[in-house]
Order: sequence, then C-alpha cells, then structure tokens
Amino acid sequence: MTTQVQPETAKPEPSRYVGRSLRRKEDPRLITGRATYTDDMTMPGMLYAAIVRSTEAHARITSIDTQGALDHPGIAAVFTGADLEGVEAPIPMVWAPPGVEVKVPEHWPLAKDKVGYVGHAVAVVLGTDKYGVIDAAEKVIVDYEPLPAVVDVEKALEADSPVIHEEYGTNKCFEWSLGGGDIEAALRDSDVVVERRVVNHRTAGGAIEPRVSLADYRAGNLTLWSSTQIPHILRLLLSMQLGMSEEKIRVVAPEVGGGFGSKLNCYPEEVLVCWAARKLGRAVKWTETRSENMTTTHHGRDQIAYVRMGAKRDGTVTGMHARIIQDLGSYHLIEGPVIPCLGGFVMSGCYAFPAVQTDIVGVFTTKFATDAIRGAGRPEATHMIEMCMDQLADELGMDRLELRRKNFIPKEDFPAELPIGVIYDSGDYEGTLDKLLEHLDVDAFKREQAELRERGVYRGLGFSTYVEICGLAPSRVVGPGGFGLQAGYWESAQVRVHPSGTATLFTGSSPHGQGHETGFAQIVADRIGCTPDQVEVIHGDTQTGPFGMGTYGSRSLAVGGESAARAAEKVRAKASEIAAHLLEAAPEDIELNDGKYQVRGSPDKAMTLADIAGAAYIPEDLPEGMEPGLSEQMFYDPENFVWPFGAHACVVDVDVDTGKVDIVRYVAVDDCGPAINPLLIDGQVHGGIAHALGQALFEQVVYDDEGQLITGTFVDYALPTAAELPSFETDRTETPSPTNSLGVKGIGEAGTIACTPAVTNAVIDALKPLGVTWIDMPLTPMRVWQTIQEGGAPRATEQGRQVDEHGSGSAGSGPTAPTEGGAS
Amino acid sequence: MIPAEFDYAVADSVEDAIKRLGEGGEDAKLLAGGHSLLPLMKLRLAAPSLLIDLRKVSGLSGIERANGGFRVGPMTRHAELAASGELPGVVTAAASSIADQQVRNRGTIGGSVAHGDPASDLPAVLLALEGTISTQGPNGSRDISASEMFQDYLTTALEPTEVITSITLPALDGYGFGYEKFARRAEDWAMVGICALVKSNGGTCEDVRIGLTHMGSTPLRATAAEEALRGQSLSPESIAAAAQQAADGTDPPADLNASQEYKRHLARVLTRRALEAAAG
Repeated sequence: MTTQVQPETAKPEPSRYVGRSLRRKEDPRLITGRATYTDDMTMPGMLYAAIVRSTEAHARITSIDTQGALDHPGIAAVFTGADLEGVEAPIPMVWAPPGVEVKVPEHWPLAKDKVGYVGHAVAVVLGTDKYGVIDAAEKVIVDYEPLPAVVDVEKALEADSPVIHEEYGTNKCFEWSLGGGDIEAALRDSDVVVERRVVNHRTAGGAIEPRVSLADYRAGNLTLWSSTQIPHILRLLLSMQLGMSEEKIRVVAPEVGGGFGSKLNCYPEEVLVCWAARKLGRAVKWTETRSENMTTTHHGRDQIAYVRMGAKRDGTVTGMHARIIQDLGSYHLIEGPVIPCLGGFVMSGCYAFPAVQTDIVGVFTTKFATDAIRGAGRPEATHMIEMCMDQLADELGMDRLELRRKNFIPKEDFPAELPIGVIYDSGDYEGTLDKLLEHLDVDAFKREQAELRERGVYRGLGFSTYVEICGLAPSRVVGPGGFGLQAGYWESAQVRVHPSGTATLFTGSSPHGQGHETGFAQIVADRIGCTPDQVEVIHGDTQTGPFGMGTYGSRSLAVGGESAARAAEKVRAKASEIAAHLLEAAPEDIELNDGKYQVRGSPDKAMTLADIAGAAYIPEDLPEGMEPGLSEQMFYDPENFVWPFGAHACVVDVDVDTGKVDIVRYVAVDDCGPAINPLLIDGQVHGGIAHALGQALFEQVVYDDEGQLITGTFVDYALPTAAELPSFETDRTETPSPTNSLGVKGIGEAGTIACTPAVTNAVIDALKPLGVTWIDMPLTPMRVWQTIQEGGAPRATEQGRQVDEHGSGSAGSGPTAPTEGGAS
Repeated sequence: MIPAEFDYAVADSVEDAIKRLGEGGEDAKLLAGGHSLLPLMKLRLAAPSLLIDLRKVSGLSGIERANGGFRVGPMTRHAELAASGELPGVVTAAASSIADQQVRNRGTIGGSVAHGDPASDLPAVLLALEGTISTQGPNGSRDISASEMFQDYLTTALEPTEVITSITLPALDGYGFGYEKFARRAEDWAMVGICALVKSNGGTCEDVRIGLTHMGSTPLRATAAEEALRGQSLSPESIAAAAQQAADGTDPPADLNASQEYKRHLARVLTRRALEAAAG
C-alpha cells in the first residue's frame, strides 16, 4: 500500500533550538486576555443571529409562524428552510468510506419539512441586539407532527424499527470492511477465543470556546471569521455551498479556543451566516451558547463492538475480529461515516496478528451527528484491543504483559507490512514498555496491592500498549485514487525572509492550542540561521499563505512541520549560494554554524542571515541568473502515515462501598520521534490523557428514550477539572520515523488513544477479588457499584446479536464462557 | 446563556427591599450572591421581572457571637464561613465543600437557605444544628426554625415579601461532627451529603443529629438512625447498625448518575462514615 523512501532533505546542522523546551510564544497574549477570538469582533451595522431549534427528536414540521419574532423590536429578518434560495447544496459530507454505498440524506442549514434531532435548526432570527434576537427567537412558533424517536442503535437495525429517512427504507447507512488474513479460519484454529461486547459511549468535544461565526459581505466579497480548524477547506466548501467564486471568499480562523475535532467541519451555522450576510448586505454574527454546543456541535465515539480475539495456548494471538455498530445520528456532517473506519487501520494494535478483520455498519438514529473527536475511531479500536488482551491473558492464565510482549511486532521487523496492507514505518514496542516499567515496579505494586487488600483497600493496575496512525496524508493513499477521501492530503509552507533578516512562516496548518507558533519557529530558525523569536508563524487566514489542509488527526508536525522544514531548507540553499558567491567560496563549502553562514575551515569568512537577506533584496551582486528575494514555498506530500506508539499504566483505588474510582498514578511513555519541544509534547500528552480520563470516568452524552438530550450543560456533562486529575508522570523514547526528515510523529491524540483501556483494566484489576471481570465505560460511581453488586462478568455476545433488552445499558447478563477449541 | 429581560434595583435597606418586593409583585426576586438564581435565569428556567440586589444593605453580613451561639448575616459569603475559626466545625466543613472558590467567594448562606435546594450543603447542616432563620416583612419580624423552613423542592416558608435578616446557630459545644459529601467532581452538588453531630458522654451517645442532603425534596433529618444510636454505647457496631437506618422513609430524587436504590445505599455508607468521625 505504501513504500518507504528516504527523505531527500539533508540533516540540519547541530540544532540550536530544536529539542529545547522553549516556552510558548503564544501564551502571554492568551493568558493575559489580549488575544482576539471571533466573539471579540464586531463590524459596523452588524446583526446578531439566534437559531430557533427543534424541540423534537423526529418530527414533520407542519407550520412555522415567524410573525411574533418579526414584530419584536430590532429584528431585521427571520428566515426558515423555505427561504434558503441561494444555498446551492445541502451541508457537504466529503470524506466517506470508499468503495461502498453511503447514504447521504439532504441536510440543509435550516430544516425543510422535517427535523431529525433535537436542536435541528428550524429558523434564524437576525437583529441588532444580541439579547433581543434570543427573546425574538422564543416567539417563533413551530408546530410539529411528532414521529417516533430512534435512539437505540441496535434496535434501529431491527426490521420493525421506525425508519428515519423513508426514502431508504432502512436505518442502515453503510457497511464497510477492512481485513487481512482469514479471520474465520484463524479463530477456528484457536485454542481459546474471547468474545466481548464493547460499548464505547457518546462523548462531546467540550472546547472551552464555543463555536462563533462572523460573516461580512461587501462589494461582492465575503469574509468569514470562524472558530474553525480548517479555514482553507471551509472556503472551498463555502464556494460550492454559496455558488461563489473561491477568490471572492476569505476565511479567517482567528484565535481558536480548542477544537478536539469538534471544529473540523462545515457547520450549518457557518453557511447560514454567510448566506444571510450576502442576502442582507450586512455583517452577521452567531455565537453558540454552551447548551447549543452540547446539542449541535458534533459528538464523537458512540459505537457498540462485538469483538472476538483468538489465541493458541502459548499466547500467540491468531486473530482479531471487530464487528462495529456505529451510531451516526440522523444526518452527516463533513466525515462522520469515515470515523469508525479509521479504527480499522489500527485494529492490529502493536501486535503481529496474522488475521484481522473489521466489519462496520453505520446506523442512523434520531440524535445529532457523530464525527471526529480527538482520536476519531482509534481510541475505540485501542479500547477493544487492549481490553481483550487483558481478557485473553486471564483466560490463558498468562501474565498480561508477557502476552503483549509475545505478540509485539519485533523492533527488527520495521518497516512492517501488516495483513491489512498498511506499513508501520517504525516501532520499538518493547522499548516503551521497558521504559514504562522503569517508572513502575510491578512486583512492588503487587506486594502493595496485597497488603492494601488486607485492609480493605482495592487498588488495581492497568496497562495499555498502543500504536496510532496519524499524520493524515499521503494523498496517494488516502485521496480519491486510494482510500477515497475527496481531497489531497499534504501541507503547505512558505518561509519569507524579510530584508532585515527576520522571517515569517505561513503554514497551511491551523492551530487552536497546539503551539505551532513556538514549535514551527524552532524548526525554521535552526534551518535558516535565526532565532525562534525572529520567526513569526502566520496561520489560519486564506488571504495570507498558500492553501492548506488544517489541523486534525495529529498531522500538524509530521506533515505541516516537515513542510516548513523543507521550505526552510530551500531558503537555506539559496542563502548558502548567495553567501558562497559573496565570500568567494563554493556553495558546498558553506556551512550554517551558530547562526552564521561560514566558509568551512574559515570562521572569519561568514555572513549572517541579515547580511544575506540584504544582498538578496538589494541585488547588486547576486550569482548569475539568480532571482532577487529570499522566499520559498513548499507543498509536502509524504510517502506514508506516521505511527506513534507507547505504553501507559494507570493505578486506581476503588472505594467498593461507593463505587468511586480515584486515580493514584498515571504513567505514560510515548514515542513520537525526536522531540522538537518537549514542553509542547508534555502539554499534548497531559491534555490527551485528561480527555480520555474524562471519557473513562466522567463524561457521557445521554439521550433519553424520546431522543431528548439530557446532558445539555456542564452540570450533567461532567468534564473533569484539575481537582479530579492526577499529576501525570510522562517520559519518552525517541524512535525516528523514516517517513520525514524530522523523524517526527504526531502526539496530539496519543494520550486519548492510549488511556481508556489502561484505566478500565486497572478498575477490573482492583475488583477481581469481588468477581468483577468486565465493565464498560463510563466508570461512574453508580455503574462501578452496580457492577460489584452483580459480580461484573461480561455479557454474552452470541455472534454479534444483542442478547439483553436494555440496549446500551450496563447490566451484565451472565458470563461468557471462553470457547475452547474453536468458535461456537 | 442569555436571560430574559428583567429590571434591576439596588436596595439601600431591608425596609427598602421589602417595599420593592411588594411593589414588584410575585415575579420580583431578591439577589444575594446570584450563584443559584443567575444560572437558572441564563438557562431561562427562571425569568423574574425584577431583581432587587441586597449587596448595599448594611448589617446583613458577618458572623458574631450572640446568646451562646452565633448570629450569621444572610449576606455572609460561603468563603467567610469556610474561613471562620469560630463557627461549629461542621459549618466550616460544609461551606468549604461548596462548588469552587469563585462560587464560594460570591454565594451566601442566606441565598442558599432562601433558594431551598435540597442538593445544597448548608440547609441540611442548619437542620441538624437546629438553627433559626430570622426574617422581616411588611408585617414585622419573625423567627422560623430550620425544621419549618424547608417545605418542598425550592420551596421555603418565606413569604414573597420577606427578607432574611439573620441566621442563628447554636455553638453545640461538646459535639463532635462528621461531614460526608459524595459527588462525582469536587465542584458538583452533593449526590448525597451527610451532616452528623454526636455528643458523647463517657462513651455513650448522649445526643445525635443527622442531616441528609439531596435525599428528598427538602433537606431531611435521619430520625430513625438518630433514635437507634441515642443513648447507646458508641462503637463501630452500634454506629453501623444505626447507619443502616439512615435512608429509612426517604424518597430521594433519582437522576442520571444516581438511582434511588444507589442513593439510599450511599446514605447508609456515608452516615456510618460521618458518625464515626463525629464520635471521634
């Protein structure tokens, strides 16, 4: 599927800045409140927008009376789905699983005729006062003819389920499979097969800045400021949505207060404010409330998987099969259906499984869309794999780390082609696990655990060894001719050295908290011979740099950072030529040393970047035929993904009287290649683990049987705070990726992908003396207590058929016997 | 997160507040710390037509000794209760556990009592301490015992035109206390909270009071558990036996995170822990 090539770029000189924990350049303005977010902006004559949203999960709209709102003081206009003339297409779903039919119901910025989820936009109210529009929105009277809600994803597939989109006659949206090796034969030939039903519940992104969009249309040009992760892609999509020529549209992502995937989209409100601004000839701003954020900013996860993992008696895993039922909600956003498929690419984990099969069925329900949330399919896959490795170890009576080591892809096998066709570019799974165990003495833990149990304290230890696919690219693999995503997957960079010798980097990557302005500046500074303070990093504005793909999927450094490095190398090559010419030396004799371009062996013959830039912009004496100026652009499209990995461990205490789980220790050893800035890595790892601890212990989006969202605020949707989180213990190994010259791999999602099975396995380890062998997240006190009461054995799976009447409830329905000598 | 339109006035005295309440009609509300009322307004679950702010009324804030106990001004912030070295320890412990520091800096004891939320910490403490709420209205002043104050969910004995002028707490010298609050996150309301006060005389339980938070539509006293322990020799066994009755007769409100069965179980577990702490 992919091939390995050595990067063309030469090794930089000894680094002055790369590898150092420089403090973030962006922090002073963020911490002191001097940053400008979209909601901080106003335009002359600007109107505020408020959205009237469906109170029904599934209903036909029988009438909408907007008169009350129009009569409210200060209201300029009220629009409904019937007014959307000029919106050329429904909200786009652009990245779908390839090669299969995917049903794409028409999803308009304002509902036409029918609503499919609570919060579905029905009308927009525009007025001069931001309070007034909300009062007026309450006066829009919408009559609904309720239709049955479809909430349980497994029942939605049953023949007698109400159908949400009548035109399809089914709630099944698509089926997609990815496999390698003969899974059924592998399981048949196994000595032991564990079968588990694994529930990975629905979560929210919970970015601290809700979504905000401000559109201004004047003299035929549209500008949209929006809290987005993908300004360039959004502009392209808006041009199609609005039937406008792309160069007439500018999209700006100003300061963005977190995204976690939830701002990787083309949302109805983004289209709506642009359309309304054009129609009315006035600026329009919409600011999401937190309740709207919980309701109609996309959710993540929400799948039920039936997993089978087989092994020989000696612990050699023979195969892994996951049948995933993905809850998609009622309408798609930009890439919902592809999310569970990403999990299929890592369904081997860090193991040499000879047969792996992932079968996915996507299902419509009357809930809001699921789409990419930090990890996007990979946390779900990792949870299945790492939970089942522990389950298998117990069935085999084998140490769970020994089982893992036995099945690790050995270090010497990299690059390793897997049965599903992907090539893991690099790995040293023993190395990260060994390092983890330097921090955590398992034998000492076991002694401590036994002593504590004597005193009634239930302490447990859980592990997760993971691998991640990230650096979303290469175009050849994921694009239209490969996996089938309708886009190219590269990243752009432009390094512009100014006449005085400082530089601006324009990156197509679009950070929203990651720290590009610091890390990318370190990369460029080392390569062109200045300081990071002299490299301004500009991002998130379609009017400044070249087209770019944005920030998501842990791709920024491995694709965007490498692109910046290569653009900087081009600058250095030209600078070296100029220096050679002026110093009367051969270009190959110029070396960049301590910020100076000097003639090898003659330290007194040297020029600074400022000297060279001066010569380039006042071109009195340049090499024959050389263009003036010092500015280079790069579009970098890698040859492979990158594959970070690591080993995490979690120690918990469970209060068995109340069910409350306390994190005692959390130790993470991650390998994302050579560190550009260790401080930024730690920040990403901390945040990633916090995100996953949130899912494991606290957070869950819950709809009731009528499809009403009952976790609409942060009171009910329990994001953890600093008080709930441990001090993280982090360490790294550095195995360079051969895919790029920096050797780097992504780290933004690693913690989130690794963590949930470590916590869950730790809780099971703590409760084993009480007979608990399985529990699904979230590990809330009540669920843990109930599991203890019920003895907590896994529920039977019966080859993927639902066997209890509670849908995704937590109640167990009896133990699953391991299948001896072949699958039943 | 934007409230419905309302009028706002700042009262300059208790009398002025009472007058404005009378003029404002049934949709007029007093504003103390605002950390219960304002979130409800922002979610449009409450839409008062007039807010009368008490922040400039003098004499409503502070803690002083009075009649062998304490007189606490209704505008006293939770943070002041938490920092008080004088108040009964259980008041300090409960106040310290409310939400987060920002909320404790703004929220008031009077506001908490008047709001009457059975999930709030201080009402059950007041009930166990057998405190008294003094009020003033258009027809003069009166005292309301804590046991009469909390009538139903978010419903108190306060008349619409009454203002709380002080809250009296006994010193309860000689009592040990235990405060057990169970919540998913540090900043959450109690899923269940237990306030236990025990007076021990030579190892015998001379008096015991147990207040229950979020175990009903009002704060409650666990009278069956109290009766089971009162007069008994204090031991882990007698405490555990009494705690088994902590949830007797309760009809706790269930929610996403806690069924009735689980809440009753928590009440028993937490009562045992609180009594053990209180018995020293």
